[in-house]
Order: sequence, then C-alpha cells, then structure tokens
Amino acid sequence: MDLEYSEEHVQFRATVKEFLKGWPLTGAEAELPIEEQERIFRKRGIVEGYVYRAVPKQYGGSEQPHDAIKDQIIREEFYLAKAPRDLSSQGAGLLVPTLLEYGNEEQKAKYIPPTLAGEQNWCQGYSEPGSGSDLASLQCQARLEGDEWVINGQKIWTSSAQRAHMMFGLFRTEPDAKKHAGISYLLIPMDTPGVEVRPLREMSGGYEFNEVFFTDARIPAANIVAERGQGWQVSRATLVHERNLIGNPFMMREAFRDLLELAKARKKNGRPAIEDAGVRQRLAEIEGYVRTSETSNMMQFTAGNRGEMAKTMRPMMMNKVFSTDTMQRIMKCAYDLIGGDGVYGPNDADLDTWGRTTTSRGWILQYMFSMGPAIAGGASNIQLNIIGERGYGLPRDLRKTS
Amino acid sequence: MDFGLSEEQDMLQETIRGFAQNECPTTRLRELFDAGEGHDPKLWEALVEMGVAGLTVPEEFGGAGMELLDLALVAEVLGEAAMPGPFLGHALATLGVQICGDAGQQKAILPALASGEHIATLAIQEGENVFAPGDWTVKAEGDRISGKKAIVSHASLADCFLVGLAGGKLAWVDTKADGITIEDANGIDRTRPISTVTFDGTPAEILADSDGNAARLNEAAAILLAADTFGAATKLIDLNVAYALSREQFGQPIAQFQAIKHTIARMGTDIEPARALFWFAAHAFDHLQDESERTASVVKAHITDRAMHAARESVELHGGYGFTWECEVQMWFKRIMFNRSFLGTPEQHRERAAQLGGW
Repeated sequence: MDLEYSEEHVQFRATVKEFLKGWPLTGAEAELPIEEQERIFRKRGIVEGYVYRAVPKQYGGSEQPHDAIKDQIIREEFYLAKAPRDLSSQGAGLLVPTLLEYGNEEQKAKYIPPTLAGEQNWCQGYSEPGSGSDLASLQCQARLEGDEWVINGQKIWTSSAQRAHMMFGLFRTEPDAKKHAGISYLLIPMDTPGVEVRPLREMSGGYEFNEVFFTDARIPAANIVAERGQGWQVSRATLVHERNLIGNPFMMREAFRDLLELAKARKKNGRPAIEDAGVRQRLAEIEGYVRTSETSNMMQFTAGNRGEMAKTMRPMMMNKVFSTDTMQRIMKCAYDLIGGDGVYGPNDADLDTWGRTTTSRGWILQYMFSMGPAIAGGASNIQLNIIGERGYGLPRDLRKTS
Repeated sequence: MDFGLSEEQDMLQETIRGFAQNECPTTRLRELFDAGEGHDPKLWEALVEMGVAGLTVPEEFGGAGMELLDLALVAEVLGEAAMPGPFLGHALATLGVQICGDAGQQKAILPALASGEHIATLAIQEGENVFAPGDWTVKAEGDRISGKKAIVSHASLADCFLVGLAGGKLAWVDTKADGITIEDANGIDRTRPISTVTFDGTPAEILADSDGNAARLNEAAAILLAADTFGAATKLIDLNVAYALSREQFGQPIAQFQAIKHTIARMGTDIEPARALFWFAAHAFDHLQDESERTASVVKAHITDRAMHAARESVELHGGYGFTWECEVQMWFKRIMFNRSFLGTPEQHRERAAQLGGW
C-alpha cells in the first residue's frame, strides 16, 4: 500500500493544473454562451489528451494509453477546477462505450464524433409501461419490412427525450424467440415520422422524463447494433456503464460538504445546528458512510489497476445501493435541518439547476431527487437480489415467465 | 498510488486463516467459549511461533518490524475466527511501549514481548466511560502507582500491564509486583475475559515519552478493534448464508425468500465495503498522521455500529435457534459487543470526530 504518487504522476498533475489555469475562459471567449465555452475548452482538453482518453482519435477522442492513475488525477483536477471534461450525457456515457464494444465501423464513425462533441443528444429507450424491473419482457415491436424496421409500441420514463436527436433502445424483433433472445438494439432518429414524445410531469414539478410512442415509425435496417436477437447482451454493457455513472464518491463528498455548511448556517435552539449533540452524531455517522464509499472506491480502483478486479466483485456490485442510500441519508438530514421551511415548494430557478444550490429550496428538491437513483438504472430492490444471488450464492427468485 | 495489500500481506492473512480454521474451528471455539477462560496456550504459542507477538516490534528487538496495517490484518482474521487469547491487549501494550518508551525502555521491554516470553495487556479503561488519556486517574508518586482500572483483558494471564496514568502518561508494571489486586469480572465476551485491577503503591516504570503520545495508543486500539469487528461481521454473513441455504420452511430453503435474501444483501452492503475503511485507518496511522486520530474515531464508530446491527439481524435470521446458547451466532455477537463498547462507544467516537473536525 502506497498512497504517494510516483514522480511521473506528480509531474503529470502539475501539467494538468497548469492547463486548467485556462478555465474559466477569458477575454472575448468569456462573452460566448456557456455551452460554447465548454465546447471550446473540451476540444483543448482533447488536444492535450485529458478528455475522452479511451476513445480512438478517429472518432473524436484523444486515444491515450491506459493509465488509471492519470485518469484519476484528471478527474480530480478537473473536478476541483469545475472545468468541462468528458460529457456525462446518456450518449457520451452510455451509448459511446456500447458502440465501441459492439458497433460496426460505419456506426462508430457516424455517431461517436457528434455525440462526444455534444452536438448529438441521445435518450435511452428501455422501460415500457409493462416492463420495468422485468425489462426483458418488453413488447415494443420492430418488424423488418424490406430495408426498413417498422416500429410500433411505447417506451416510458425516457429521460431527456424532448431534447434528444436520437434514441438507442431495445425492441422485440423476434417475437417467436425466447424472451431474452428476441430483443435487438436499435438506433432511432427522433424526427422519424410516427415517433411522438409526450412529457410526463414529475413530483418535483419539472419535466424531465417522457413517454415515447411509435406508430409505424420506419428506420433504416442498418440501424441495428450487433446482430438480431443480441440486444439484451448489448444492453448489459450499457447497464454496467450506467451504474458506474451513478456510484460516484465525488458527488457524495461534495454533498456531505454542503451538508456541513448547511448545519453551520441553520439554527437549532438559537445556536448553530452543528453545535447540537444530536446533529453532530448524525453528521459523524453519515461521514462514516461517505468515507467507506471513498475508500472502497480506492480499493476497487487499485484492484482494477492491478488487473485483480475479481477480488472486489462484491463491493463493486454494492456501489449503486451504497451510494443511493448514502445520498439519501445526506438529503434526509438536510431536510431535517431545514426544519419548518420544509413546507415550501421549489422555485423555478432551483428546478433549472436541479436543486444544486445550497438554498433551503434547493435542498427540498434534492430531498425529492434523491429517490431517483433508488429507482433508475436497476431499482435497489433488484440490486439487492443481484447482491444476494451473484454476490452470496443465494437461490434466484422464483419466476413465472422465462 | 496503490491502495491494496501486498503479496506478503495476503500471505500473512492466508497463513493465519488456515491455522485458525485447522486449530480453532467452531467446535474447538465452542469448548473454549464454554470453559470461559478465553485462552488456549497452544493457540497463543502457535501465533507467537508465526511472529504475531512481535509483528510491529523493530527487528533489532526480535520483531518483524511491520506496520499497524499488518497487525490490523491479523486482527481481522482473529475476529473472523473469534479466536480466544491475549492478542489484542498484548499487541496494544507492545505498541504502547514502541510509541512511548525511550530507547532504553524499548530495549529492556520489547524483546521478551516479541519472543512471547512475556504476555502483556492493556490497563487503560476505567469505570464511568473513562478511556481517553486526559481522563485517566491512576496516580503516580515517584515510581509507585495507585488507583483502579476497571476493564483489563486477560489480567490473570498477563506478565505485564501497560497502565494509563493521570496526566496521560503510561507505566509498565510487572503483574507480580506488590500492591496489585486482580478481581475477575463477568465479561460478556468469553473469548476475552476481563478483570478489575487495583494498584496500591505498586512499583512501576514510567514510560519516558508519554506526554501527548498516549493518544496514539487509543488510536491504534480503535483501529484494531474495528478490524477485529470487521472480521467477525464477515463471519456472521457466512453463517447467515449457510443457515439460509440449509433451513427449509414452506418446502424450500428460506434463502429463497426475498425478505431473507435482502437482509443478507443489506448486511453485506453495510459491511463488505468497510474493509477499505479499516485498511485506510491503519495505513493512515503510520503514513498520514495528521488525519489519523480523527479517522480512527470515525472508523471505529462506523464499523462497530454497523457490525452490531448485522449481529442483531443475524440472531433474528436464525429464528428461535438464533436466541439459544447453542447457536454459534452468539459467540461473534458478543465479540462485537465487546469491541463496540471497549475504549469508546460509537457515540463517544463520533463526538470526538466532531470536535477534531472543528464542528
């Protein structure tokens, strides 16, 4: 065990820090819209080899030799500088790794560059009204007619579909095959006639997810990733990436830091709440979870770096439930600290920033949003099944269908 | 940048794990537990033979010169086995001499501890929640000490005590010296018996560099107790898995029921990732001393608290059998009770962490 960095990595960190002095932008560039500024800086990051390191240059990445420690240094330094790095959108975070693994040459060349540049937005078409945790029971149908797929059916809980140019999703293409073997992974332009997006309003008041209806929507036959009937297998790769997106210790550390600030700012019995014995106990207890997550992440990181991933299989499986529960503990504590102000509804401004503010109304939103990860990307109840079954060798749940 | 164990550390754990499985399986543990002496000379001698008694002692004094992390890895495996014996007190008393003794004292005391010739134990916890150096009350007059220590493990077995004194100093005492009264108490953990020890004008060697350094001893104790607890909790998960697979109700193993499966999965999620937490605390003790004291408190509170919860769930999962003396769960349950309460409860350590964090 050695938490010191090698001379090469110390030097590398210094170089990254130097580069990051260029953010935020200055002069005329600083007058541009923020999205444009981020695009400019991200391009510079690609040139220097800090952004999209695992993506080949021909697809718009920086194609750097694998070095997990450099990856980590970049993540830390960009995070501290609040500088734009790899997009964490559904396209860049989920579709691109999937295409790199399963896509054909044409698909990679066509979709990866605009997605990484933030010019092409994607949504994920997985869940259906009758297929949630039992995703493989999905019924939305794609039928091959000549050189086109004809799609009929419905998707639901489709986040950001209203802003998406494209959807990647799972469709039943082989109705006679067994459940999992009848599914294909298709890529659908959202402006295809017969594709209709209807927004769903969330309990937070915002509109982030949607229903998407397909009525004889026709897309080219070439818009399939891997072979017919392999969609389930392809989607497993996406899910792994999705769970990695969700279990992020930085996010927890930052939320915990905000919570401490809140406890200093709010009053309890006329004194700062942080001086209250009960509040102190609760904060220190939450810190135990936050630090467990951080150190477990370091352990998994090292195992991956050494090529000994198998040693940390169980903690890896647990990341999603662990971070979901820890974030909820933080948000519940914050909501209690807000006290009587918890009766207010969120402001529109808070909705625009997803509650990522430390105003009491922002915390109210986060209190609600913190339930999301327990549902999205594999509900906690299903995660616990996976931990029990694959982690501890307990028998699988009884299933009435297969 | 590498946060993982070395091959030697993996091997150290495997060696002791293999030894524990062969020489202290549950059947043998049960005999020792029921006998209540908390010691088996054969087990301890074998551990001494493997170098455990002097693991952190510098090589010049006959030890292996290893770090607290290595000691914590041993503690984890012993907790897994709930192995009776004087390891905890001996390891900590030894560390205390390393931390607070001057060169002459180390030279005089450590070789006999490393070789296993002497068994030492820790006499620092007093009654009424007193365990921190600043609160110790045993008085020293010249080289004689007087006062009372409420919770001393393996006191009757030990050859020497490391005693915490008023003002945060430490003293080294021969257990056969004058003025010592040992009164056995009814301890909850029968793998680690406890006694009250009274000193009345007892001759003692005051360790030279105790000022302020004795807090490091409490830090090390918190980390080793957390490591032992982690091992005990992983053992309980294994017991739960085995029981859930073998016990049948409604014509199927109870592991088939989600209520049982989720209980085990949640327990695992509470415990398994915390392995990294005690590793980090132990590593910080030797390498990141600025944050070590606060980390040790957060870690002891978190692991013992979560493990105690897991232990209660384990009893419940075993049903009526779980509440019997016969059921093996109780042996680890009580080991965790001891670890949780000894040298600072989660509540005390959390308040300490709050203070050290400037909250």
